[in-house]
Amino acid sequence: MRRQPFRAAEGGHLIDRSEPLRFDFDGHRHEGYRGDSLASSLLAAGVRIVARSFKYHRPRGVWGFGPEEPNAMVTTGVREEARPNLKATEVPLSEGLEAFGQNAWPSVSWDLGGAVGLAGGLMPAGFYYKTFMAPARWWYSLYEPLIRRMAGFGPAPRTPDDAFYAKRRIHADVLVAGGGPAGVAAALAAARAGARVVLADENTRFGGDLLRAPGEVGDSDGLAWIDTATAELEAMSHVHLLNRATVAGYYDHNLLTVAERAGEEEGAPGAPAMRLWFVRAREVVIAAGAHERPLLFDGNDRPGVMSASAAGGYAHAYGVLAGRQAVVAGNNDSIYRVARLLRSVGVSIAAVADTRSGGDVRDLPCRAGEAVERVLGSRRVRGVLLRRADGRAGDKGERITCDLVAVSGGWSPAVHLHAQARGSLRYDEERGLILPDRAGGANRSAGAGAGRFDLDGCLEEGWAAGIAAAASSGHERAAGEPPRSPDRNAGEAPVFWQTGGGKRFVDLQYDVTAADVDLAAREGYRSVEHVKRYTALGMGTDQGKTSGMAGLVLLSEALGRPVAQTGTTTFRPPYTPVPMAAMASGLLGEGRDALRRTAADDWHEARGAPFTAAGLWRRPRYYPREGMDEAETIDAEVRETRAGAGIVDVGTLGKVDIQGRDAAAFLDLVYANRMSSLKTGRGRYGLMLREDGRVFDDGVVMRLGENHFYLTTTTAHQHEAMQHIELLLQTVWPELEVYATDVTEHWFAAALAGPGSRALLERAAPELDLSDDAFPMMAVRAATVAGLSALVFRMSFSGELSYEVAVPADHGLALWTRLLTEGREDGLTPYGTEAMGTMRIEKGHVTHAEADGRTTPDDLGLGRMASAGGPAIGKRSLELPALRRNGRQQLVGLSVIDPEARIPPGCQVVESDDMRPAPPLGHVTSFCYSPTLGRALALALVENGRARTGQTVYIASPVIDLSMAAEIVSPVFYDPEGTRLNG
Amino acid sequence: MLLIPCPFCGARDETEFAYGGEAGIERPADPEAATDEAWTDYLCFHDNPKGPHRELWFHRDGCRRWLEVERDTYTHELGAVRLSRP
Ligand SMILES: [Zn+2]
Repeated sequence: MRRQPFRAAEGGHLIDRSEPLRFDFDGHRHEGYRGDSLASSLLAAGVRIVARSFKYHRPRGVWGFGPEEPNAMVTTGVREEARPNLKATEVPLSEGLEAFGQNAWPSVSWDLGGAVGLAGGLMPAGFYYKTFMAPARWWYSLYEPLIRRMAGFGPAPRTPDDAFYAKRRIHADVLVAGGGPAGVAAALAAARAGARVVLADENTRFGGDLLRAPGEVGDSDGLAWIDTATAELEAMSHVHLLNRATVAGYYDHNLLTVAERAGEEEGAPGAPAMRLWFVRAREVVIAAGAHERPLLFDGNDRPGVMSASAAGGYAHAYGVLAGRQAVVAGNNDSIYRVARLLRSVGVSIAAVADTRSGGDVRDLPCRAGEAVERVLGSRRVRGVLLRRADGRAGDKGERITCDLVAVSGGWSPAVHLHAQARGSLRYDEERGLILPDRAGGANRSAGAGAGRFDLDGCLEEGWAAGIAAAASSGHERAAGEPPRSPDRNAGEAPVFWQTGGGKRFVDLQYDVTAADVDLAAREGYRSVEHVKRYTALGMGTDQGKTSGMAGLVLLSEALGRPVAQTGTTTFRPPYTPVPMAAMASGLLGEGRDALRRTAADDWHEARGAPFTAAGLWRRPRYYPREGMDEAETIDAEVRETRAGAGIVDVGTLGKVDIQGRDAAAFLDLVYANRMSSLKTGRGRYGLMLREDGRVFDDGVVMRLGENHFYLTTTTAHQHEAMQHIELLLQTVWPELEVYATDVTEHWFAAALAGPGSRALLERAAPELDLSDDAFPMMAVRAATVAGLSALVFRMSFSGELSYEVAVPADHGLALWTRLLTEGREDGLTPYGTEAMGTMRIEKGHVTHAEADGRTTPDDLGLGRMASAGGPAIGKRSLELPALRRNGRQQLVGLSVIDPEARIPPGCQVVESDDMRPAPPLGHVTSFCYSPTLGRALALALVENGRARTGQTVYIASPVIDLSMAAEIVSPVFYDPEGTRLNG
Repeated sequence: MLLIPCPFCGARDETEFAYGGEAGIERPADPEAATDEAWTDYLCFHDNPKGPHRELWFHRDGCRRWLEVERDTYTHELGAVRLSRP
């Protein structure tokens, strides 16, 4: 047997017969040609059953030619390469391609689930809602898995997709969506006028409908004109031509996404599997074409029933016979063109049935006024029953043998992009078309997508749209003469048409029949949106491109109201499915965000420190040591710092320089506590509130001069804090003369902590007097440290005697390494964020785990700092009853009674240990093992916590069945008197 | 995605901006003198219209200016954009 029994001896402008390709479908080896789609090569190989349907598991074949395909759903590749839910019409053939039909086991031609089809009446519209209603607890155990299996689109791959996806952003004057005659004419006109043009088309080749059927432009072949025009465009540096690129979404302010299947292009090694373009276009020309409508008759889903234009397209573009003997049926003139195309590749035409009375053409076996009543054959088409279309009584009809039924119910303009842009639609009753009306945004529709179906009209409209779009974006150079075509036959079709009863499918992908739509109407559904969800009509991956109009007309008929009153469902992006991987590109893993490193980062990395993310910064968690595990290392860093001296990189803290005549007054408004009373050379811990009274950020404010302050913010909130300061300065108190500058990047800082820090700093900064009198707590001095000019602050986060040394960032690494060299003999220990966190919990200092956006200063035990009223941001809110009421959660310490216990993340604080569901008293916010105290500690927010001091509560995690007793204590576990601050 | 015409930087993508809520809300000059009702009104009860809305946008990745933007919350059409000053 020939390997491609349904391939004509010649013809097919998309294929290259010199390059045969082998592929497997459901485990069987077949052959096609370079340029084939999987659908065309399956048809050439004689494979008629390509998938099974969603609900009834009925055998299904190829219906369409492109993205409108509702039936031929396949998975390509296996394991991590598996790509489910692809349309065979959109998969390009490649050497060694492995593909599988969907919804069937073990294969599409021998499907066990198909038995359901025999009992088809069991699954009417709303089946899921009616059958799976109650009881609710059955949902998870029974219904949901059952529906999943039955619903079975292709299985999601279980391993990560390691293909490369990319994104690109581009600005354009004119984006043209669709590269058929109208789109190419628009692009050519706009580009000649001088506009920067992006022309995107979903096919491998420009041409649109000219790919499926020949046409004439000027006095030459239409495709030849397309090639000449696109070659001219290609040569222009201000034009981007994108093939295999679907304009998928139309968003606000003319931002459109274009999904380019770049990896499918031959000779493009290293190209991403998909490149998702974000095009910001001044003007958009929507030349999206139209989708052929089906006809409704009994068995219209059988393999062998196909869109007429698709059947013609397989003949013309691929030299493929979609069958040996065809009945072509429809309600418009395009069926004659299709019949001749089919005949040209060797398909014998059994009948051309035209529902209209006229239209008889001598060279074809025409059946004027006749329509398909029913398809004969169960697994595939074996013939049809033709009857008078006007349903005259007593007409028994005539059986005609065939294996292909090519049907055309007219055309539905692809108004998706127009509608996504919130353009309005209108229903042209006479022509039975939903058409773009008022545009939403800077766009215009042209060609078949706007209801012009003749080639000359498409060229004319496209050209005019291109000229107008270019002019609107400021480009008006002369573009020359528009192309014309002798083809001016619009091929108008009467409004949608149906025959008889039986299983007449409206939505092939979701198995929705005419009876289902009727039933939904009888059950009281009126809104087209409700019917869509009730019946699932139009909810498949084809998004109802072929079914939408039929469903709409059926519903309107059932409700006895005009189509215009029923309206359409909402068109939402994307137009065709876009892989999640393409959308996620650049948003996952390394490279997602800019990485901020402090000046000492290289040193941390060289020491092998594991890093933790802190905003965009990365910070060293600890410095690994030979023969010690993580916990032991962190404990050692804490112990050595508390006993001797440690150094930690605090370069990530936000730093803001505040200057100006009103700087002090402004800070009094920004912080809950007073800053204007600070003396030059002194600093103060400050609490920033949100206007609603919740703690927003904290840090230290240093007064460097009368009108000059330097303040720090937390690492986590540095951007928000700066934004907050700028909001207040620009919108609330613009009359204040204050200049706030983010100097986070300009300064590096390291904190020396521990009783040994003074001696060490004395050697590093010999001219600096570090005595308590000369350099008290919260003082700031300019000094030379380790040979570098620096600012030195005396303050402490660890609870030990501590100094923070800040130098210009360029000197940061030098400061860090020189201090470590200086401190080598003192045993100066570098410590990371883990030891820093442990020491701050031991001291009961809060971070954003405690100041979580819900807590007031008083909740955190800092009420005194914000006690005096005043106009500062957030202060007034503290007097609101809700923030003063009894029963608020307050910060407490939890001392775990069992010394061996460790606290896992995510624990609640409860009153009893019986593990019965009960509202918790609060939750653990921070926890650590304290090497200083030899037991586990936690900070927690607990209802009326301070009044419960001394009580035993339980740290509980029902998820892991944990309950441990703890005593409520002061959050300051270590050195509550603060004596260690003096060294 | 919005394209916001910043008076300083030109038309820029929405991703460069931070949203700041309704514009033109006057902060009581003397918070201490405000009643609880007046204060919570200022804090919480903001307009949320379907249609034209004056709102604050911060050009975070640009000039770092707080802008007052007129935006139709239904169509996303932008009107005047100016520097925010009370
Ligand atoms: Zn700006």
